[in-house]
Parts: sequence; structure tokens; C-alpha cells
Amino acid sequence: MSGAVGGAPLAEVERLVKRFPLTRGVVFRRRIGEVAAVDDVTLAVHAGESLGIVGETGSGKSTLARILLNLLEPTSGVVRWRGEDVTHARGAALLKLRRARQLVFQDPAGSLNPRKTVGAAIADPFAIHGLLPERAARGRRVGELLEQVGLDAALANRYPHELSGGMRQRVGIARAIALGPELLVADEPVSALDVSIQAQILMLLRDLRGELGLTLVLIAHDLAVVRHMCDRVAVMREGRLVEVAPVAELYAAPREDYTRELLAAVPRIPGPAPSGPAPATPQSSSSSST
Amino acid sequence: MSALEQPSPAAAEPVLRVEDLRVAFDTREGLVQAVAGVSFAVAPGRTLGIVGESGSGKTVAATTAMGLSRGPRVRISGRVLLDGEELLAASPERLRALRGAQIAMVFQDPLSALHPLLRIGDQIGEAVRAHRSDASRAAARARAVELLEWVAIPDAARRVDAYPHELSGGMRQRAMIAMAIANEPRVLIADEPTTALDVTVQRQILALLRRLRDDLGMAMVFITHDLGVVAETADEVAVMYAGRIVEQAPAHELFAAPRHPYTWGLLRSMPRLEAPAGAALVPIPGRPPSLIDPPSGCRFHPRCPYVRERHREVEPALEPVAGALGHRVACLLSEAERRALWARLAAGATPEQARAAVGQAAPAAAPPAAEPPA
Repeated sequence: MSGAVGGAPLAEVERLVKRFPLTRGVVFRRRIGEVAAVDDVTLAVHAGESLGIVGETGSGKSTLARILLNLLEPTSGVVRWRGEDVTHARGAALLKLRRARQLVFQDPAGSLNPRKTVGAAIADPFAIHGLLPERAARGRRVGELLEQVGLDAALANRYPHELSGGMRQRVGIARAIALGPELLVADEPVSALDVSIQAQILMLLRDLRGELGLTLVLIAHDLAVVRHMCDRVAVMREGRLVEVAPVAELYAAPREDYTRELLAAVPRIPGPAPSGPAPATPQSSSSSST
Repeated sequence: MSALEQPSPAAAEPVLRVEDLRVAFDTREGLVQAVAGVSFAVAPGRTLGIVGESGSGKTVAATTAMGLSRGPRVRISGRVLLDGEELLAASPERLRALRGAQIAMVFQDPLSALHPLLRIGDQIGEAVRAHRSDASRAAARARAVELLEWVAIPDAARRVDAYPHELSGGMRQRAMIAMAIANEPRVLIADEPTTALDVTVQRQILALLRRLRDDLGMAMVFITHDLGVVAETADEVAVMYAGRIVEQAPAHELFAAPRHPYTWGLLRSMPRLEAPAGAALVPIPGRPPSLIDPPSGCRFHPRCPYVRERHREVEPALEPVAGALGHRVACLLSEAERRALWARLAAGATPEQARAAVGQAAPAAAPPAAEPPA
């Protein structure tokens, strides 16, 4: 999991640039310039690792994640998957990429269709990819997935509004892992949740990563979260990559002033730092229902 | 009530006292007991941090103290005393006169608290003129510039004419704080004032609030879900769960020797920069209870790893911890048990290991994790 493996990285962006037009006015919109959301970023994600991408508002971290998943086209630069240029992938090639790489959203309420049952939402990916055409088999798989994220299989018949925020995020994760992806990108997966629920979801992601051998990219504003979840961390600011380093190294000896500033700004909890058991133990938390 | 019998070490007379506050909302689903008997007091120049999750009642307790939750479907009882004056029974006119002048509030989201179509200088000026009708427009504007300088908005003379959307989130929060302190209130209630901000901006706003509290000698009530933020802001901390204060102590004491299993759970589930890299978090199982039909006995019992049969029936009172001045806890475990359990947890034991080491039998019934879904 060190990431220092030979061969091509699992996913990679090279000299990536994404500019958005800046406009002014509502009725007569006019372009007054451009803003570079991502500005010349080169970054690799290695198979099996957990990479944190950290930054404040406007750092470009979410834009970078979306380009990495071909959800957004870059202005220039290259996106690679297993060494292959997939920047402009279309059609069947893109569908195949979608299966291998999935996104977990920040807001589980906004990413689930309120008129669809939880079961239907999780079964969606199977329909899109023409998998498990038999209804009973699909239902069984949905039940398995719900249990894998610590929910009761009977929840398949409920609607999103009947669930708590934590349960909805579990459903979002179940849907993301439904097709057995290799790469999971989680964009601020816990920032909309209550404190006591955040740890449940983080530890679920950690456990699933171990069980399924997932590569994880975690987009976060919170450096403390990344410390518990990731092997490496990339710090972004105003579209640029400030620093990339193994977690232990970056927190102990940050090389850049901005990284130091970010670390210094995190409010510290005094008193003994009770730290949980270090190794990620599978099933340690995924059984609790939120 | 016993909060009042145990004055904080800096023994200034409290300016705000809340006694046995109860707030319930009549909804179609039933009576929601948002605040179920809460007492606290804050002295000038001091900060009380109220920590809790959504639904803990922390915001309702504060807005009720401000007289902001009155309504036909709201049942309020208890006492809220501002300098000895009872606010719950005050007339709407009297409340309007006090709000802003004596007691003010800062909210999480300045965009929804500021009027989008008015220049911030005009909004601050209005806050000034609301309580000083003799102030001219020009004087109010001059005061607005002064206030913006006070909250460290650069180029205040120009920014006074800006609209809220023209300012960054941090600047908007500063403008809202300027409005709240326009009349130098005696009490400032800050409800998650930095939750929507980036950490570097959060740090500046926390420093600003501390400085204003000291300069003006305000009593501050700081509401947050973040234990790290409360540690940097509060002299005293009240931890709320399901409408009650479950633990209250001087801030340093709360973090050094927490006594309530819910506080332990929060401390162990929060990510920390100083934790060993890759250390696991220990989540609190389950989720906060419904306030329409709260759990019997101790309200935390369905999620508590140390629950006993008796805890499902007996409701714990918030009582002083022996030998710890100003520390109170609502927990049915004995003080010896609590000390032993926390010693194990602080050393890195899981709740199960701590329970076994202290010789406590496994929970009488189902483990707390197995909570039925919605």
C-alpha cells in the first residue's frame, strides 16, 4: 500500500488545466475573463493506496476529482487509466471506465432520486451496465450490498427521505461499490453528517477498502480526517498542487508554508489523545446502523 | 439549578442565567421535547461552550433565551434571567429593546442572516439606529465604518458600501459580527459561527470573537459540534445530548478528565492531527434518538457501551463530581467506575476492553450497535 510500485499508476493526470469562464451580469451575461480551477496539476494514484486530496474552498480539489473520473473535460492535459490516455473517452470505453471508477458524493440526499426506493437506486448501475438481468438475482445482490455497508437488507423497500443522513450515505456507498470498482473517489463524504456518525462512515470506507482491495481517493478539507484515512496526501491551493507526501511525513515535517499554515489552523483537542487500535480491522464498525 | 451553587473560579456575577429551561414543539408527529430541563450561567468576559450534535437542543436552548422561538405551537418553561430580568415572560416590545442592545446573536450562515439587497453599512447602521433613535444617518454610517474596522475588515471605508455577495464568506461573517456587537451587548450568542468557513478563516474568526469578548467584557455562549473549536474558545463546556446537559465542566477539566460515556465517545470518534498515522476511529454506535419518544431512563443508554439494566429505568440527574470543582455529570455509573473506564480508554483500549478490564459484565440485553433502522 506504499504506492511505490513498479509499472504504470492506476490513475494519473498530467499537466492538467481546467479553466472556467468568469461572467458578469444576469440578463446580458458577458465573459470578463477566466479562472483556472485546476492549474497545471500532475498527480498519480497507485493501485491499492489511499490518497487524500486536501484544500480549502476554491482549491480545485473537487474539479480535479471530477476530471479524474471523466465527469468533466479538462481544458488541457492528459488523464490516464492504467497507463492509457482516456482524456476523451467516449461510448463503450467510457462505460467500462465508469464501472471501474466510482464517486461517493458529499450530500447523500442530493445524490439519490427521492422517488426511487433505496433498492432501485442501488440496482441502477446493474441496469445501466446490463448486468444481473434476472430480477431475483439483482434483488439478492442489492440485499448483500446493503448488508455490506452495515444496513438491514429490508431497507431496500424504503425511500431516501425515510432514512437518516448516515444511512443515506451508506446507501450512496453501496451504490458506488455495486459494480466492484477498482477506484473509489469520495468527495467530502462526511462533512454533511453529525460528529458521531462521521466516524462510522469513515471506518466503513476504511473497512471496505481492506475487504474489496479498493484504491481510495479522499477529497477533504479536514487534515485530521486524512491522517486517519490515507497513506499519502496532496495539498492543493488555488488550483495548484502545493505538496504531495506520505501522511506521516507531511504532518511531521511539512515542506511548504501553506501546508504549515493549514496544519496550524486545525483546532486541537487537548487532553490525552485516545487513539483507536492502529490496524484497520475489517468489520470493526460496518455492522452498526446509522 | 446546582450550576448556580457552584460559581466558576472567576467568581464574577453571571449576566445570563438559564434555569430549568424546557422547550417543546407541538408537531403533527407528536410533541418534540427539544430542550428538557437545562440550566447554565455565564459571567461577563467568560465563554460557555455548548457542544452537541444536531437535535441535541443546543440551538433551541439559545434561540429560546433570545426569545426567538416563541409561537403558538411552542411550549416553554423555566427561567431566563438577563441581569436579573426575566426574559421568558418579557413583552415582545421589551424583548425587541433588549435584543441587539443587551443580548445579540451570530449565526452560522451570514448569507441568510444578511439582507442580500442592502449594503452592509446600511444594515449595520440600522442595527445602531434601532437602539439609538437619536443617531443621525451620517453618525450611524460613521459608526458602521468604525465597527467594520473593529472586526478587522480591511479598507472598511470602502467596504461599508459593499453588498453581502461581494464579500468572501469570512468577510461576511465579520460583517455579521460587527452588526451583532454594534450596541456593545452584554451577552453574545454565537451559533456555529465558523462551521461554514475554511479552517484558516475559522482560526481568524475565533481569534476575533475572543478579542471582542475581552474588549467588551461580553459573556459569550458558543454553540458548536466541534470539540476542537470549543477547546480553543470556551472557559466552561456543557455537553448536550437529546435535550439535556449530560456533562459540564471547566474546559481544561473536561478534556483532561471527561466523565460521561457520550463525551468519551465523541472524544474517541473525532479525527485528530496528533493521532498516530492511520489510527482507527472508534465510532459511537447507533444515532441520536427521537425527541418525540426519547429513550427511558438515561437517554444515552441505547448507545452506551457500559449500560446496565437499571440505566434503562432510572433517569440520571446532573450532579457534582466529587473532588472536581465545577464538574458535573449525569451518569449512573459510579465515580470509581468512570475513573477506571476512562483510564483504560485514554490508554487506547476499546470500549469492550475497558468494560472487561473494569470487571463490568457485558450489557444485560442486546449490544447497543443493534439498533433497528428508521
